[in-house]
Amino acid sequence: MNVAGRNSVSRLLPVAATSAVFLIGFLICSLTFPNFASLRVVMNLLTDNAFLGIVAVGMTFVIISGGIDLSVGSVIGFTTVFLAIAIEQWGVPPLMAFALILVISALFGAAMGAAIEYFELPPFIVTLAGMFLARGASFLMSTESIPITADLYSHLAEQAIRLPGGARLTVPAMAMLAVVAGGMVLLHLTRFGANIYALGGSRVSTALMGVNVTRTTVAIYTLSSALAGLSGIVFSLYTSSGYSLSAVGVELDAIAAVVIGGTLLSGGYGFVFGTFVGVLIQGLIQTYISFDGSLSSWWAKIATGLLLFAFIGFQQATLGLARRSRRLAAAGAH
Amino acid sequence: MSETAAIPGLSIDTAPLLELTGFSKSFAGFRALDRVDLTLHAGEVHALLGENGAGKSTLIKCMTGVVHRDAGTLRLAGADIAPRSAEEAVKSGIATVYQEVNLAPNLSVAQNLFLGRQPTRFGLVREGEMRRRAREVLAGFDLHIDVAAPLESYSVAVQHIVAIARAVDQSARVLILDEPTASLDAHEVEILFAVMRKLTARGIGILFVTHFLDQVYAICNRITVLRNGRLAGSATTAQLPRLDLVRMMLGRELAEATAHTGAGRAEAGPEQPAFASFEDYGKAGYVAPFDLALRPGHVVGLAGLLGSGRTETTRLVFGAAHADTGAATVDGRKVALASPAEALHLGFGYCPEERKTEGIVAELTVRENIVLALQARRGALKPLSRREQDEIAARFIRLLDIRPPDPERPIGLLSGGNQQKALLARWLATEPRLLILDEPTRGIDVGAHAEIIALIRRLCAEGMALLVVSSELEEIVTYADEVIVLRDRAHVARLTGEEITVPGILKAIAADAPASGQAA
Repeated sequence: MNVAGRNSVSRLLPVAATSAVFLIGFLICSLTFPNFASLRVVMNLLTDNAFLGIVAVGMTFVIISGGIDLSVGSVIGFTTVFLAIAIEQWGVPPLMAFALILVISALFGAAMGAAIEYFELPPFIVTLAGMFLARGASFLMSTESIPITADLYSHLAEQAIRLPGGARLTVPAMAMLAVVAGGMVLLHLTRFGANIYALGGSRVSTALMGVNVTRTTVAIYTLSSALAGLSGIVFSLYTSSGYSLSAVGVELDAIAAVVIGGTLLSGGYGFVFGTFVGVLIQGLIQTYISFDGSLSSWWAKIATGLLLFAFIGFQQATLGLARRSRRLAAAGAH
Repeated sequence: MSETAAIPGLSIDTAPLLELTGFSKSFAGFRALDRVDLTLHAGEVHALLGENGAGKSTLIKCMTGVVHRDAGTLRLAGADIAPRSAEEAVKSGIATVYQEVNLAPNLSVAQNLFLGRQPTRFGLVREGEMRRRAREVLAGFDLHIDVAAPLESYSVAVQHIVAIARAVDQSARVLILDEPTASLDAHEVEILFAVMRKLTARGIGILFVTHFLDQVYAICNRITVLRNGRLAGSATTAQLPRLDLVRMMLGRELAEATAHTGAGRAEAGPEQPAFASFEDYGKAGYVAPFDLALRPGHVVGLAGLLGSGRTETTRLVFGAAHADTGAATVDGRKVALASPAEALHLGFGYCPEERKTEGIVAELTVRENIVLALQARRGALKPLSRREQDEIAARFIRLLDIRPPDPERPIGLLSGGNQQKALLARWLATEPRLLILDEPTRGIDVGAHAEIIALIRRLCAEGMALLVVSSELEEIVTYADEVIVLRDRAHVARLTGEEITVPGILKAIAADAPASGQAA
């Protein structure tokens, strides 16, 4: 029996649409501002949005598995405060402090994943509690903004691959590109990645197919939190300080980037690359506003909101079309 | 066993592949399984049959370790095994494929086949190798599809085959198919049968649960029937004619049943014209088109095995499901019957089979439950006053003798029989012209049984039309003026007057002629 399936190319449609939006946006910016189309602007785009990109990759894993992680913004905030206090007040070597915070944030994520699994709680509630906990803990440590003066920080800030036209590929940008590449490999090329998609497709079936659902869920939230920790390190490098109010609302920016990148909020479908482009689109809007100079920065939020609406509508439309063509195909099969 | 059609050369001498002995299981004092034995040979398709609550699901769950049995031994190819979960059962060689396809719809076919055991190199899945193997496995089932496409882009039949292929590929020797054909059409069933024949040729033993008797005779070598948690019998298909099989499933002896024939049926007056009629009414894959006429003072009984289309027929008549062929006429006018609300306005009432989930609202009081349908028909803008509600509740509690006679008691605290009476009261309060009753006497005690039947007779005498589904054939013959027999989702016989006898109904259910348009 020969049966034709829906072409898997159509699953790439949302990512293609997101990429097209980015390219068109970049073209508009280039036409509006003469200096825009340069390697330097692109590299700055990567550097300025590195922390968001890193955390959004983790969010992609969580959302594809059918969950959500609202705690990541607070974990970034906690990380910056922890690093500032550990390095400046306790005298911990910066690299040791990095390792410590990665372990702490990973354990924090593991605990949230375990709570979701063992108490059968919705991820929304558990990570909401995690959000308050992490933010509260960072306030407890310090309410002041603490500058970080360690040598490593100024050293890392100078480290960069110099590119033509005065462009610099900075450490934060490299970290993000590495995370994006690693995330793509992990999600698309490993058994763990396949399990994540399966979880988002049907949790019950995944368990019946012999996948250890508990272990997979805990691993997903561990990964998301650890990436939030890494994002916090990058954020502290970027600002050279620790502040308990930093990265407020970043979890929502990350979710927006994931959805604009074509990942279905209900789980089961999505690509890391789409998220990367989603982050770049948000960065592009910010850059446009700073180039313009006269626009209020709140326009970035409005533009992001409109884009979100457009993409969700687009997803529903393509999903509806896919379902209809599937029904037609099923009806035509015999 | 030379008579088995599907597998030539299968011999009774082959050692049993799977042996269940003395399986027992109780749930809170209720014996769901009572010393059940079953023997499955390599290379045979073995039908496991029984009505609702016969213990089929419990038996399968006990075999696969999903439920812990109280007693009994399980031997696979001569060795005792004791799987404690579905996963362990698969590892020891017993795989189950359910009616619902338990795969991830969004993953590719290849990923679904190999999830958890994908070929890898340095921790990375070898996509090409996995697809090659997937094509190889599916080719063994004559299925040539794009294995990179998501599973959900294929029909349910293909998804079933992928599920079976996954199960079998994990070195299954015993395959349990739990009603895999319920959502398949005739052509897809043929494809599935071809797959089953291939598997038995490889020496795999298949335990096949189904409600479709035609399928049993088309593919099975041996039949085991459960009834009320006990083994009702086991025989080769050739040695068990349909009539005997149906009798075994329903557990009735002809001689005993005959005594009830036609007893006490109301004297038929001059037949009144039908006020509602259905012509060529049906829905593809649900119930084959049927004709039905409903007359005042006339009881139509629907008889058949579980899954034969009885409830489906009543749901079509009540507008809870939508016909895609035929026409319904009420009082000489064509009606669409697009929703239960429309049926309600036409004066139809419906007591569903699942009293607990579809009928009563357990937390509400008896009074509130009784006025529910009447209020719904009047609309939210014309509320019944509390005095009207009290009057209605009091009247029906008296009329139907609902105990305890307390209208303010939550209905969930009443016995099954009294809940059923309150449900009847709900519909009687709307003064329906047609009342549809689905298994009105299921799960209630003997005393209430008789009262409900007496009530059916009285309603009928008052000129109400009734459409009654019942598995209790002795009951049906006492009150029905016309019995429609269903098999495999089609109306296959219409019995009237003297023809309405228990043996007559049994014969019609078991008749050999394949039902026309089954699952078309």
